Amino acid sequence: MKARVTVTLKTGVLDPQGKAIEGALKSLDVQGISEVRQGKFFELEISETDEAKATAILRDACEKLLANTVIENYRIDLA
Amino acid sequence: MKSAVVVFPGINRERDMAHALKLASGVTPHMVWHADTELPDVDVVVVPGGFSYGDYLRCGAIAARAPIMDAVRRHADAGRYVLGVCNGFQILTEAGLLPGVLMRNASLKFVCKMVHLRVENADTAFSNAYRAGQVFRSPIAHGEGNYFAEPETLKRIEGEGRVVLRYCDAEGSRSPSANPNGAINDIAGILNERGNLLGMMPHPENLVEPLQGGTDGLGLFQSLTRAAATIAA
Repeated sequence: MKARVTVTLKTGVLDPQGKAIEGALKSLDVQGISEVRQGKFFELEISETDEAKATAILRDACEKLLANTVIENYRIDLA
Repeated sequence: MKSAVVVFPGINRERDMAHALKLASGVTPHMVWHADTELPDVDVVVVPGGFSYGDYLRCGAIAARAPIMDAVRRHADAGRYVLGVCNGFQILTEAGLLPGVLMRNASLKFVCKMVHLRVENADTAFSNAYRAGQVFRSPIAHGEGNYFAEPETLKRIEGEGRVVLRYCDAEGSRSPSANPNGAINDIAGILNERGNLLGMMPHPENLVEPLQGGTDGLGLFQSLTRAAATIAA
């Protein structure tokens, strides 16, 4: 089973990289984008076939390593 | 003072650190590889600076889960001293041994220069050779030193006197221009709750003898030497 994990900064945490990208888009004359927040994206291959068990494994992976939950949220999507 | 320096792949300040420890204590530190699971019997363990695991995922994230870190945690739990400098500070926060996190510098630039630090608390094992309010110089070299903690965490560490070092100007005044990375409350170094583990972004080990331009940083290692001697006595 394939899984996707998206890690994003929590609301209220400053994202200077997102701001820089936002500025670069403006300088490229890309209109209509009011805010950019940068995050991370992981593709994982999981041998577990039970969805609930797979989700539990992924949550463990996120809590232990993939996200720093002081400043980041994570979302798990099973394919 | 017996000490050990933990070495991870990608670390580059371990020799500077060992030199500073030897200079202050007269004892050559043990160098301990990250894959080891036991520390030698020492008073102080130092997690030095560098770019462990190439800063992959997040600075310090992979190193914080290395086998030796369980031994570092046990060392801290036993009340012995742990110092983390630069990447070492990032590793200690990622390991959950210190609160908060070190984010990308607000300027988005890697900053390598001399800064001034103000001693906020001189009543610690890491700062007792300085006076409270004393200003000293220290080099910094980092891209992710922008300390951040949630408001309630920040309130607690400030209230408990756990902010040991703050960025300031040469006169000891705080200002946005004296803060090199955007760290909240100009925080440069913090203690854990028990007061036996310090994390700091600046590199005191790189200003310990005249050849390096000064000896401002030596006080930190002299403080530890004194603290270790007190415990031993």
